[in-house]
Amino acid sequence: MERAIFRTRELTKIYRSGEVEVRALNGVDITLYEGEMTVLLGPSGSGKSTFLNIVGGLDTPTSGSVHFGDEELTAYSERQLTRYRRDHVGFVFQFYNLIPSLTAWENVALVTEVARDPMSPDEALGMVDLGNRMTHFPAQMSGGEQQRVAIARAIAKRPEVLLCDEPTGALDSKTGILVLEALARINDELGTTTAVITHNAAIQAIAHRVISFIDGRISQIKTNETRIRPSEVVW
Amino acid sequence: MSMLDRKLYRDFGRLWAQALAIALVMACGVATLILSVGAYRSLEETRAAFYDRYRFGTVFATAVRAPRHLQSRIENISGVASAEFRIAKPVLIDVVGMEEPASGKVVSIPEFRDPSVNRLYLRHGRMPEAGRDNEVAVLETFADAHGFRPGDTFEAIMNGRKRALTIVGTVLSPEYIYAIGPGDIIPDARRYGVFFMSEKTLGGLFDMDGAFNDVSLATVRNAETRAIIDALDDMLEPYGGTGAYDREDQLSHAFLDSELDQLQAMSSIIPPIFLAVAAFLVNMILSRLIALEREQVGLLKALGYGNLAVGSHYAKLVIVIALVGFAIGSVAGWWLGRGLTRLYADFFTFPFLIFRQSIDLYVLAGAVTIAAALAGAAKAIWSTVSLPPAVAMSPPAPTNYRNLFFGQMQRIRVFSQLTVMALRHLVRWPVRTMLTALGTSMSVALLITSLFAFDSIDFMIDAIFFQADRQDATLTFSEDLSPDALFAVTALPGVLRAEPFRQTAVKLRNGHRELRMSIVGVPEEADLSRILDLDLKPMPAPPAGLILSERVADRLHLRPGNFVEVELLERDGRIVDLEVGALAGGPATSPDAAGPTVTGAIAVSGLAQGYVGLTAYMRGEALDRLLRDGRRVSGARILVDSDALPELYAKIKETPAIAGIALQGVSRERFRETIEQNITTSTTVYIALAVIITFGVIYNSARIQLSERARELASLRVFGFTRAEVSSVLMIELTVIVFMAQPLGWLLGYGLSWSVVQGFANDLFRFPLVVSAQTFAVSSLVVVAAALVSALIVRRRVDRLDLIRVLKTRE
Repeated sequence: MERAIFRTRELTKIYRSGEVEVRALNGVDITLYEGEMTVLLGPSGSGKSTFLNIVGGLDTPTSGSVHFGDEELTAYSERQLTRYRRDHVGFVFQFYNLIPSLTAWENVALVTEVARDPMSPDEALGMVDLGNRMTHFPAQMSGGEQQRVAIARAIAKRPEVLLCDEPTGALDSKTGILVLEALARINDELGTTTAVITHNAAIQAIAHRVISFIDGRISQIKTNETRIRPSEVVW
Repeated sequence: MSMLDRKLYRDFGRLWAQALAIALVMACGVATLILSVGAYRSLEETRAAFYDRYRFGTVFATAVRAPRHLQSRIENISGVASAEFRIAKPVLIDVVGMEEPASGKVVSIPEFRDPSVNRLYLRHGRMPEAGRDNEVAVLETFADAHGFRPGDTFEAIMNGRKRALTIVGTVLSPEYIYAIGPGDIIPDARRYGVFFMSEKTLGGLFDMDGAFNDVSLATVRNAETRAIIDALDDMLEPYGGTGAYDREDQLSHAFLDSELDQLQAMSSIIPPIFLAVAAFLVNMILSRLIALEREQVGLLKALGYGNLAVGSHYAKLVIVIALVGFAIGSVAGWWLGRGLTRLYADFFTFPFLIFRQSIDLYVLAGAVTIAAALAGAAKAIWSTVSLPPAVAMSPPAPTNYRNLFFGQMQRIRVFSQLTVMALRHLVRWPVRTMLTALGTSMSVALLITSLFAFDSIDFMIDAIFFQADRQDATLTFSEDLSPDALFAVTALPGVLRAEPFRQTAVKLRNGHRELRMSIVGVPEEADLSRILDLDLKPMPAPPAGLILSERVADRLHLRPGNFVEVELLERDGRIVDLEVGALAGGPATSPDAAGPTVTGAIAVSGLAQGYVGLTAYMRGEALDRLLRDGRRVSGARILVDSDALPELYAKIKETPAIAGIALQGVSRERFRETIEQNITTSTTVYIALAVIITFGVIYNSARIQLSERARELASLRVFGFTRAEVSSVLMIELTVIVFMAQPLGWLLGYGLSWSVVQGFANDLFRFPLVVSAQTFAVSSLVVVAAALVSALIVRRRVDRLDLIRVLKTRE
């Protein structure tokens, strides 16, 4: 655990709707390291998604700072954030968010077309074991397959970080394991820093570190001495 | 308020922009309907009231000189309610400060009583008094054009004598609502007027004491005008009667009729376009709304709401939109209709204006609008009704796309993935894509339909003034003269060239079809006034036979080579019956054959292009032979040295043999001005309407795409695509649609223009169907610009897309 990739200081996010003020994040200080796989745990509303959105450049904090390497992310303009997402971050969402009008291959190519140093869509799909489904449209694939396409799309640009928000949330255990295996493999082979949000505590054993959120704060950080393979996860 | 109605109310809060865009399109339909039907009814009503109150005649006739003792015989024709016997003569007018001579018609009014037919409405001053033979009442348009007020004077040449006349009053006449001079194609109040003087004065001036040359009859209700006309013709024939005619052929009435026809044509072409587009838009947004609210529909049904309640909930939404459109359209239509009716009333000078707005019109417009909206909504509403609740509450199956040909192109990278997204989406919903393109094409079509008029006018002006009638002026003689008169014309100051013509009033007949018009005899190789064939190539007058304008041939169902019966209205009593061989050879006359009127059958040897009036041409010599009174000329077309114009005008003003002069240059300008003024007004309105349609279609279509694809677009933003790149997906789709719409719009526009040309064609005017490349281009550019603006408005929404919210929700 060497070079820091994200450092947050006093990261706070307050949502206001009318009279009500919700502190989604309340002074979070944490460092994520290069090549690390972390699992973010916590109940609904604990702030883990807000955290992920902010480090992913989708959202901006109310106060506090985020550094990405030597760059201060929180000082970025809208345009710079777009650039940052394009060049450095891969996202995977619970509901896949594939473009229904593009095939698996094209969904990946969508990203590789604009990336600086992408792998080929074929290679990315190969990494998630979908080399044989390239010409299928999302509507023709299972949920697990769709999620793996989403992962292939996220990693095809060789991002420094891969941010996954409930990637197995909509999947059954068997397909969920396939998806986790794809994530673990990418983390191993490419050394991509990976953060995975989950409700499923069983998954935590695959990570290097487990960060737990409660009420917008980090309640616990646990380092796994031994990691297990996703196939060993008991759902 | 029930909960469903409360939901409706909130839905509006959300959808108001789209709903308003649709309501505006509907409003255009309602407004154009109310505008055109309202103006039509108002004008019709105003005209009818004016005719009625001022006893406009129903049968008219002229003669050379008929004795007064015919009066009681004519009044006793069965069906005649009253008759007015008048002296009506052409006059030349000399107005101080106006170089060119004006012409006009002087009409007698009875002394010590109002006319029983064709009464005058006195606007200012008083009527001429008996015994004051220099007093005249003039048509208000003429007075206004010269700034004349009662008390002003001008000079007139009547029967060769110049007289100073004092205006004592300005009047309006149901007979001259539209006053147009001989040889003119558009009224020019400055150069043509109608003057009313006492009968006794005119009798003395024109040597018409105890005689008349003009009669107007008012008939009883349901009178047989045909029989009255025949009886009148019989009585006037010995006195140079030129054939009686009914209102339909009365010039002023016919012009008004043609205007009314145009309004009616407008009301049947334009409003349906808007209502059809509105129905499509309703269909588009309601389908989308219902797709989005699928689960809510299921929930409502699960809660026990019946199909009717759910269906009518959405129907209400549509009806409210229709009512908003109807309200906006009614107000706009009422306001514009009032303006248009005023415009017409000014143009035609009615003494009063009845602005007719009947409830039934609004009821009709409202019903049609709601019906169109519901028709558009029917399919979407049906889908809610037919959806079982359990199915409704589970999300719809993901949209299945097909690979088609794009897949093969992917590897060679013809299109970027963003373009492929856009194109696949278009191909996935072919019906919607086509309908959206069709809706947009309607705007293009509407613009072409309004702009092509300029092309047609230019073409017409070129054809009439530069190809056919190339003379500088046309002189009309007071009566037919011997060909020597041509030498006198050539001797007039500044006249460079003169070309004679002869003109005679006829009735052309083919079976039961009959037209009253003139035959114009022209020199064989006319160079100033040329006959143009249907391709607008000059054609020589054939040695025998008639050349008819296309309109005349159509009206009489004649083709070249057919024979037509010609009744010569100006020849009294002489018996000629002739038959002319088709196309070639001289007239084979058989002078001994007997017949009560001068009737001949003549072959139609060709068709000519004519946009104004009804025309038939013959070679001058052939017409002379037909009329059998030797060589005569009715007037001359001349080419003039423009430097010598003042002298020419001065000379003409004191030449009694010349009854009038029509100036081509002035006519041309006047023609262009009048027509373009009318078209410019309507074009402005149409451009606004087309922009509203474009906006309605493009804005709604973009909003719906945005709503359907928010998730995709948000994903793209997350992957790091810029706002511009993300918007480009929508923009590519809109661009394809807008471009597809262009050729379609050109085609539709051409078709609509054609139907407008057909709808507007009448005996007085025909517009040629000419659509220039420029018109196509301008129409397309306006639509593209309007589309661009609507797209940019939607683009702002793409920019403000809430990424996190969109991505976290299930589709």
